[in-house]
Amino acid sequence: MPDLATYNFAYLDEQTKRMIRRAILKAIAIPGYQVPFASREMPMPYGWGTGGVQVTAAILGPDDVLKVIDQGADDTTNAVSIRAFFQKVANVAVTTKTSEATIIQTRHRIPEERLKTGQTLVYQVPIPEPLRFLEPRETETRKMHALEEYGLMHVKLYEDIARNGHIATTYAYPVKVEGRYVMDPSPTPKFDNPKMHMSEALQLFGAGREKRIYAVPPHTEVVSLDFEDHPFEIQHFDKPCALCGAEHVYLDEVVLDDHGGRMFVCSDTDHCEDRRAHGHAGEMLARQEAAE
Amino acid sequence: MYVAVKGGETAIANAHRLLADRRRGDRSLPAISIDQIVAQLGLAVDRVMAEASLYDRELAALAVRQARGDMIEAIFILRAYRTTLPRFGLSVPIDTGRMKIERRVSATYKDLPGGQLLGATFDYTHRLLDPSLLADEPVADPVRKQADESAMMRVSDILADEGLIEADGRLPEDHVPGDLTREPLEFPLDRDLRLQALARGDEGFLLALAYSTQRGYARTHPFVGEVRIGDVEVELDMPELGFAVSLGRIQVTECQMVNQFKGSANNPPQFTRGYGLVFGQSERKAMAMSLVDRALRAEEFGEDIVAPAQDEEFVISHSDNVQATGFVEHLKLPHYVDFQAELDLVRRMRAEYDAKSDGNDVREAAE
Repeated sequence: MPDLATYNFAYLDEQTKRMIRRAILKAIAIPGYQVPFASREMPMPYGWGTGGVQVTAAILGPDDVLKVIDQGADDTTNAVSIRAFFQKVANVAVTTKTSEATIIQTRHRIPEERLKTGQTLVYQVPIPEPLRFLEPRETETRKMHALEEYGLMHVKLYEDIARNGHIATTYAYPVKVEGRYVMDPSPTPKFDNPKMHMSEALQLFGAGREKRIYAVPPHTEVVSLDFEDHPFEIQHFDKPCALCGAEHVYLDEVVLDDHGGRMFVCSDTDHCEDRRAHGHAGEMLARQEAAE
Repeated sequence: MYVAVKGGETAIANAHRLLADRRRGDRSLPAISIDQIVAQLGLAVDRVMAEASLYDRELAALAVRQARGDMIEAIFILRAYRTTLPRFGLSVPIDTGRMKIERRVSATYKDLPGGQLLGATFDYTHRLLDPSLLADEPVADPVRKQADESAMMRVSDILADEGLIEADGRLPEDHVPGDLTREPLEFPLDRDLRLQALARGDEGFLLALAYSTQRGYARTHPFVGEVRIGDVEVELDMPELGFAVSLGRIQVTECQMVNQFKGSANNPPQFTRGYGLVFGQSERKAMAMSLVDRALRAEEFGEDIVAPAQDEEFVISHSDNVQATGFVEHLKLPHYVDFQAELDLVRRMRAEYDAKSDGNDVREAAE
């Protein structure tokens, strides 16, 4: 039996990292443009963050501090698995604190806390092509991007309004980057779209199965598509977080019992814990403390 | 009070520990050895090597054992290992005309130079469960004959001598084959990349597509010119030496499908080729691959593109089972953030709907 490999720092070999970095640089130079890259087979399945993991592996250095979230939470199973992967293959420092991280890999959320200069947010992207569900052929969608032919997307949004009275896209809501490329923000809820606009942090998007990388450099205009008479709006929640009392944050609905009992709590667990540590208490927490 | 689900890390560790337990199974039984898998589950090992694009029986057997016999999982494990290996160079194209043949059958000629060699085949067996295999009864040694050392000519060469079949490939001599594991695919593909993708494509998917061409979704009028299985030398050009040296032998299955073609403005009437080549022994895969290869050449021959098997982007984008299984199975990952957004939307639309229909009820009552 041949000796099995010992793996390079952050798993990928240096040649591969260079190839990915070149793709990242091109992506940064053309904000919102999907750069094809020679995605590798990773030791986790396609669709489980291989694109994000490759981007993170390519930019990760020994001094970085890594945070991994899935659905906004650090303790979701896949986030735990990816964090453990980088601890194993890169022995890198990890954190759950948004402010302490230099690289944040995410699936489906942007942290509530405003990101700062020097931080990089790496998105895991399942389907990078915003036009894919309007046109299944890659050969066609590439042409549409090249010709800035985005009429179809506007027609789709218009049809939503004609049928439902409002736009029925709630996540993976398409954006236009720096006035040129229409881009898929990955399946984050549209609640997070405004956070992408003029962000101080570098935002990188990796789609492993589809072999695409794209980027939004810091201080870049990111505008959610809409109409003058139907302006873009984000989700609003009726109640604050039941644990930390936060308002204007994205909430997860938690089913408490089988008679319709519900509570709403922060999707961003770090943000929620941080607020509670600073003495904020939501309805549920206050009630429990009163009982003690 | 609700406690956020913590301890994902422990849960994962425990799940994997249980997996290891289930994989090993009953400890009172001896563990299955890698040698046993290579020797007795050889075709499973071959499939893993073929679809992982890595020719190494022991590593493939290890993957089969680690994956508890789940073929796609085994392919996945072996591929994730393959991707980390360095590339030393490109071998000289293997010469299947010089194959040491174990099996070779042609459906187009009753007899031909080299003859028909059945080899080890399931063909013509009666698929009756064999109770004698329940016990480990001795198996007779095979009948052997002296190997024919001369090269066995390919059926396609017989047709080519008469000029009745198209030339073997149209890419220029100096064409360097692409590597889909190192470069992103961009459609449309050259045939070399397409064949690479098919060679590692899912056996079941290609089988179904090939079957569809036989049932009228892009008929290609195929004949099995030849299927051959055997060992070929893998050689590497050594610039220091000025000639190629052998690195060893690999077993491959090759299928040359011969297809009817009526001719077009650019091409005379002649037979055309569909090609299949697979690591190890897998006739089903090689034959399916050659049918799909031919179907995908529709545009080249000016044929109407009317069926899925002719649609390169459709076929190649969906033929990779590691990609497919990952993306299908990722649906079990949490999606509650997006689901929350959809819940909110459905509730809102439902409220609007109810308000509207309440209004209608009132109006109807008043009328």
